[in-house]
Amino acid sequence: MLDFPLWKKISLWIFTLVLAAAALPSLFSASGVAGPDSFEDLPTVNLGLDLAGGSHLLLEADPEDIATQRLENLEESVRSAMRNASGDRIRIGDISTANGQLSFILDNPADIDRARSELEPIINGTGLAAEWSLEVVDTQRMVLSATSRGLDQTVNDTMESAVEVVRRRIDELGTREPTIIRQGDTRIVVQVPGLEDPEALKELLGKTAQLEFKLVDDTALPTNVEAGIAPPGSEIFPFAPDTPSAGFSVAVKRLGGIRGDNLTGAQAGVNPESNESVVNIQFDTQGGQKFAKLSTENVDKQFAIILDGEVISAPTFNEPILGGSAQISGSFTAETANELAIQLRSGALPVELAIVEERTVGPDLGRESIRKGLIAMVIGSLAVITLMIATYGRFGMYATAALAFNVLILLGVMAGLNTTLTLPGIAGFVLTVGAAVDANVLINERIREERKRGRKVLAAVETGYKEASRAIYDANITNLIAGVLLFWFGSGPVKGFAVVLVIGLATSVFTALTLTRMWASGWLRKTRPADINI
Amino acid sequence: MKLLKLVPADTNIKFLKLRLPFFIVSMLLIVASWGLVFTQGLNYGVDFAGGQEVRLTFEQTETAPVEDLRSLVAGLDYGAPTVQEFGAPNQVSIRVPLPEEVEDTPGAATEIGNQVIAAIAAEYPDARTDGNDTVSGKVAGEFRQSAGLALMAAMVMVALYIWIRFEWQFGVGALFALFHDVSLTLGIFALFQLEFSLQIIAAILSIIGYSLNDTIVVYDRIRENLKKFRKMPLPELLDLSINETLARTVMTSLTLLVALLPLLFFGPESLFGLVIAITVGLFIGTYSSVYLASPILIWLGVTSDSFVPQESAIDRQEKAARGQAGSV
Repeated sequence: MLDFPLWKKISLWIFTLVLAAAALPSLFSASGVAGPDSFEDLPTVNLGLDLAGGSHLLLEADPEDIATQRLENLEESVRSAMRNASGDRIRIGDISTANGQLSFILDNPADIDRARSELEPIINGTGLAAEWSLEVVDTQRMVLSATSRGLDQTVNDTMESAVEVVRRRIDELGTREPTIIRQGDTRIVVQVPGLEDPEALKELLGKTAQLEFKLVDDTALPTNVEAGIAPPGSEIFPFAPDTPSAGFSVAVKRLGGIRGDNLTGAQAGVNPESNESVVNIQFDTQGGQKFAKLSTENVDKQFAIILDGEVISAPTFNEPILGGSAQISGSFTAETANELAIQLRSGALPVELAIVEERTVGPDLGRESIRKGLIAMVIGSLAVITLMIATYGRFGMYATAALAFNVLILLGVMAGLNTTLTLPGIAGFVLTVGAAVDANVLINERIREERKRGRKVLAAVETGYKEASRAIYDANITNLIAGVLLFWFGSGPVKGFAVVLVIGLATSVFTALTLTRMWASGWLRKTRPADINI
Repeated sequence: MKLLKLVPADTNIKFLKLRLPFFIVSMLLIVASWGLVFTQGLNYGVDFAGGQEVRLTFEQTETAPVEDLRSLVAGLDYGAPTVQEFGAPNQVSIRVPLPEEVEDTPGAATEIGNQVIAAIAAEYPDARTDGNDTVSGKVAGEFRQSAGLALMAAMVMVALYIWIRFEWQFGVGALFALFHDVSLTLGIFALFQLEFSLQIIAAILSIIGYSLNDTIVVYDRIRENLKKFRKMPLPELLDLSINETLARTVMTSLTLLVALLPLLFFGPESLFGLVIAITVGLFIGTYSSVYLASPILIWLGVTSDSFVPQESAIDRQEKAARGQAGSV
C-alpha cells in the first residue's frame, strides 16, 4: 500500500498538477485580474444565471393548439382537393372539425371512390406512415382523424420551427450567447445571460405574431356582428384594445385571405403624411402575387389586418397593390411598431407559447452572492484546516494539502467538462471542503488505533489506509447515488449543486486517499521514524 | 506538539443500554413530524406552490417600505402576499401566491408577475429588481412530484446498495435511519414554517448522503468486529464498534459544521434555507447512525454468523479437498 515507485510518483504529480492547472483560467477570470493572454482560449467554469445575472424562461406549447391548427389546415386542403378534383368538382357539405376530427358529407354518394383517391395524398402525407385515418360512415359521410404518428410528427415539426423563430427573435435583441433548446415534447428552454430588460424579452416571446389579411364581409348586419353572430362563411374578430375602434368587432370572410407567413422583411417606420408609427412589410414572390391578386379583385372593398386574432386596422384597397410591399398602421407607438417589426421579421410562431417558469436574477445580486460565498468558503476552509492540523499534526497537513489540491482539481475538472457553477454549487464547494477531509479523518483515526494496539509505525499507517479505504469507497458510492439522483431530479441551480457534489466526490477520493498516501509514504521512507505524533 | 483529542482514547460509553427509550423517542418524533407535516403543512416556496417571488432593493432609502408594498400588492387582488426583509433592511422579498382558479393556466404565473412588477415600478421607480421567479401551477406540480420521487428513490437505492455490500439487516437499518432523518427534517420545516423549496430537496439528499456516511463507517466496523470477536454478545459488540469509531464520527461532523457555519452567517441569503437544512440534518443524521441504525441490528437478529457464509463456502471446499476421510 505504501509502495510508490518513481514512475508512479511522477505520473501522479503530473496528473495532479495538470488538473489543478486547469483551474487557473477560471480563477483568473473570476478574480478579474488579467491573466496571461494564452489563458483566453482555455475553458473556464461557466457561471450560472443565478451568479452571472440573466433570464431563464421555460416556454410551453399546448399540443391541443397544434392539433386544432393542423385540423384547420386539413380542412383547407380537403376543400381545395375536392374543388379541384380531376374530372368534375366533388360537392361536399356539413363540414365539421369537432372532436378533433374532420367530417363532411358527399352530396352525391357515387363520388365516394373519386373522393377517396383525391384524399389519398393528403392522408399519406410525406412521411412513411399515414398521417390521417379515413373512415366512411353511412355510405356518404367521410371522417378523417389524426393518427398518433401523424400528430407526433406535426408536434415535432411545429416545435422545431418554434425554436427557430424564438432564436431569431432573441438574436434581434442583440444579447450575447443565448441558449435556446427544446425540452421534452412541447417545451423550450431559453436562457439569456446579462439581460438589461427581462420584460422586453417576455413581450417579444409572448406573441405569436400571426398576421392575416382578410376581406370584410359587408353583408353582415352591424347588430349581429356586435352580438357575435357571423353570417355563414364568415367569422368575427374584435378590434385590438389599443385601437380607436376598441370594443367593436368586425365580420370577415373565413376563406380567401392571406397569411403573413410569406414576408421577406418588416421595418418600423413613420408615415410622413400622418406622422404615425407604422410597420412596412415586404412579401416574398408568392405572397406578393397573392396580395396583388387579392387587392386587384377587391378594389374599393374593405379588408381587415388581423394580428393574433385581433383586428389592428380595417382599411380599404384604394387601388391594386402590385409592388409586393404594404404598410400597416394601427395606433402603434415607436416601441410597439418596432416590436411588431421584429416579430414579423423573425416569422410568426407556429403555435402560442406560454411562459410556465421564469427565473431572472439581476447582475448585482449575482456578484454579491459570489463575494459572500467566497468569504464563507475562505473562513470555512481555514477552520477545517486549523482543526485538521491541530488534531493530526503532520498527517493533518497532508490532509490540508490534499484539500487544497482537491478544490483546484474540482474547479479544473469542472472547467474541462464545461459545467456551470451555480449559487447552490458554491454551497456544494463548501460542503466538499467539509466532507472531503472525512476520508483523512477515517484513515488517521485508524492509524491512531493501530498505534495504540502496538503496531509499528509503518504497519500502522499501512493498515490505516487499507482498513479505512473500504468504508471510504462505500460511503462515497452511496453519496454518489444520492448525487446522481439529485442531478437527475434537479433543475438549473440545483443541478449545479449536484455537479459539484458528484465531481467533488470523485476528486476527493483521489486527493484524500492517493495523494496523502504518497506524501506519507515518502516521509516515512525517508526518515524512518520510530514513533509518529498522531 | 500536543495534538488535540476531541474524544478521549478508549471511551466505553454504553450507547446500547438506552436503546429502547431512544428508539421510542425517535419513533414518537417521527410520528410527530409527519403529524406536523399533515396538519401544519409545509410552507411551500414558489418552486412547489407556484406563483411569484420577487426580490427588490431600495437604493435610495435606508429601509424598504414593507407595509406599503404589502398593501400595494394585496390591492392587485391575487391573494395576500408575503413581504419580508431579505438580507438588508432596504431589501425585500415579496411572494405572491397563485390564485387557485388559474392554477391550470400555463402562463398565469408569469402574467401575474408582470402585473406585480409593473405596479411596483409605477409606485417605486427607484426600486431595483434583483430577482424574479415565477412558476406556473403545472411546473410546480411537476417539481413536487419529482422531488418526492427523488427522495424515495435515493433512500431505496442506497439501502439496496448497503444490502448488497453488507446483509439485509444492515440495509433495513440504514433505510430506517434515513427515513428518520428525512422525517425529522421535514417536521422541523413544518414546525417553524421555514420556506420549503427545491434547494431544501437538495439539502435533504445531501443529508441522506452524510447520514449514510456515518452509518456505513459504524457498520463497516461492526462487520469487522463480528468476524473478529465471534463470541462477544451483540450489544457489547455494537457498543465497542460505536466507541471505536466515535472519534471519527465527532471529528467528521465537526469539520462539516465548521465549514457550514460561515456559510450560514456570512454566505448569500439565498442559500440560508439550504445551509440551515443541512446543518440541522447533520445533527439528526449523526444521532440516527449511533442510536437507531445500530440497535436495530439487534432486533433484526444479526449474529456473528451473518458474515460467515461468504467465507465458509471457500472453507467448505478447502475442507472437502483436505480430508475426505470421515465423510462420503
